[in-house]
Amino acid sequence: MSISIHSIHKHFGSYSALEDISLEIPNGSLTALLGPSGSGKTTLLRIVAGLEFPDEGAGIIRFHGQNVSNIPVVKRGVGFVFQHYALFRHMTVAQNIAFGLTVLPKKHRPSRGEIRSRVNELLDLVKLEGLAKRRPDQLSGGQRQRVALARALAIRPKVLLLDEPFGALDAQVRKELRRWLRQFHDEIGLTTLFVTHDQEEALELADQVVVMRNARIEQVGKPQDVYDHPRSPFVYEFLGNVNKVQRHGSEPQYVRPHEIEVLFAAEYEPATDQLARVTHLFSAGPVASLTVRLPDGYFLDVQLSRKQLDELALGIGDEVAVRMRIHGAA
Amino acid sequence: MKGNSVTSESHAVRFILITCTMCFLALFLFLPLAAVFAEALRKGWELFFASLHEEVALSAIKLTLITAAISVIANTIFGVSASWLITKFSFRGRSLLLTLIDLPFAVSPIIAGLVWIFLFGSKGWFGPWLTEHQIQIIFALPGIIIATLFVTFPFVARELIPLMESQSNDQEEAAITLGASGWQVFLRVTLPNIKWGLLYGILLCNARAMGEFGAVSVVSGHIRGKTNTLPLHIEVLYNEYQFSAAFACATLLALLALVTLGLKSLVEGIQKSETKDRNPLH
Repeated sequence: MSISIHSIHKHFGSYSALEDISLEIPNGSLTALLGPSGSGKTTLLRIVAGLEFPDEGAGIIRFHGQNVSNIPVVKRGVGFVFQHYALFRHMTVAQNIAFGLTVLPKKHRPSRGEIRSRVNELLDLVKLEGLAKRRPDQLSGGQRQRVALARALAIRPKVLLLDEPFGALDAQVRKELRRWLRQFHDEIGLTTLFVTHDQEEALELADQVVVMRNARIEQVGKPQDVYDHPRSPFVYEFLGNVNKVQRHGSEPQYVRPHEIEVLFAAEYEPATDQLARVTHLFSAGPVASLTVRLPDGYFLDVQLSRKQLDELALGIGDEVAVRMRIHGAA
Repeated sequence: MKGNSVTSESHAVRFILITCTMCFLALFLFLPLAAVFAEALRKGWELFFASLHEEVALSAIKLTLITAAISVIANTIFGVSASWLITKFSFRGRSLLLTLIDLPFAVSPIIAGLVWIFLFGSKGWFGPWLTEHQIQIIFALPGIIIATLFVTFPFVARELIPLMESQSNDQEEAAITLGASGWQVFLRVTLPNIKWGLLYGILLCNARAMGEFGAVSVVSGHIRGKTNTLPLHIEVLYNEYQFSAAFACATLLALLALVTLGLKSLVEGIQKSETKDRNPLH
């Protein structure tokens, strides 16, 4: 089901959390709301869920064309996975997953047997077979997250919403689960919206990235497009891995480390190149990074292959020529 | 008793501290308790049971149980609603409510009794109206219950508010997204999470309701066999120099205190082992 968000505003007292947010989330896509803390991304997610209401006015949220703005969260039919999973800690894994089915009114409630088989089906789906009787405090972080996911899916939600799904996990598990979630999403094909402050996570995982800042959307696009064509200095810097060069009185200019070519000083071409001195070298693995200092004092981070570095045979303090394609931010 | 080296004192200091504490405990806590039981049994078991079986004693016990039952039920309902209101919503007057809940703790028992005389006594604000309709509150069961309710009013709420404040709203929100109604959220998510704190609050509330003397004494009128609760009955016996009977009844209240403390440490033990299992992440 597609999600369509139309001119949403949200204030908490005098603090503006969202300003005129409009956004289309295509059916079946995996969309990331990316931004620093305080950018409004979690508030937007909670408004889509119905856990928070937008300011009175023109704001509309539609699921597949149907206006759901006035449908309370209880009836909105969203699967929501909380940052710290919010599992019911006095219930077993199976009871947690079954919760959404057992609270249905009697005439819609499946029989015990049906609930049990649905729970088993979901346990299979999230690869937690055999853990039905465990309690949340007997599970690892990654397992808890998958229980929360299964619980949210049990009610056959129209859309899936995840708040910082990997926020509470350590780096190793995070990578694994990221890959698993992508694959999982492709299998079940449910329109999914997730919040993250980690640009690498958003770029690697999502079909569509929504970059947010200060209660507004800065840019929306495919990860590749957002990375290659950032529309504002903020997006450039937030997506990371970028050198900023701002000469006196001019607009800031950006260049990514891998877009800088390093040549022998002897190959210096005054029209395109600048002379620089190597101040830092790091080469473990296939990619080497070095830092060079331009004559006007700017430091640039440069990435090149290990092979290129070996060919150049550089050491700290050597002079090199750097050739780069500098972008404005527009 | 291993302390870390910076804060641990020398053996002599520790010995003196422990001895002082122990002497103090023996003198002020253990000795009186022992005295109650010793005095009660001084004239033998027969008299002990006889004084408990006396008609006025039985009626005092009955009155105490009725009062405690009603107060505990009412204050449990009130305490849970108030804590829910205070911790899950922000509204105007929230901190005022929080302060008012503590009022019975701060006020002297005589005032806690007298206010009801001012309100419902024959010369009080509502006195004439009550007399006209032949409703008796003061010097009768309703007055005793009202005074007890007032005095025991903070116990459950005071126990629950810090507990519920420390728990985030996440589980409730999760239950709502899964389609649970407000009542289902309360019964199936909130209540199980606060059950030990609630039980503890109820225990304390019950102990106080059964033992309350001051406020109840003001509104009761001390009518033997009618408006005397157990603590009031004990006082009457004592004033009539029936020491053994007085102490026999006092053992009941002392036992109540011991049982309450025993259950309290049991509840705390369970609570602690439950939180210890929990992963720090959760």
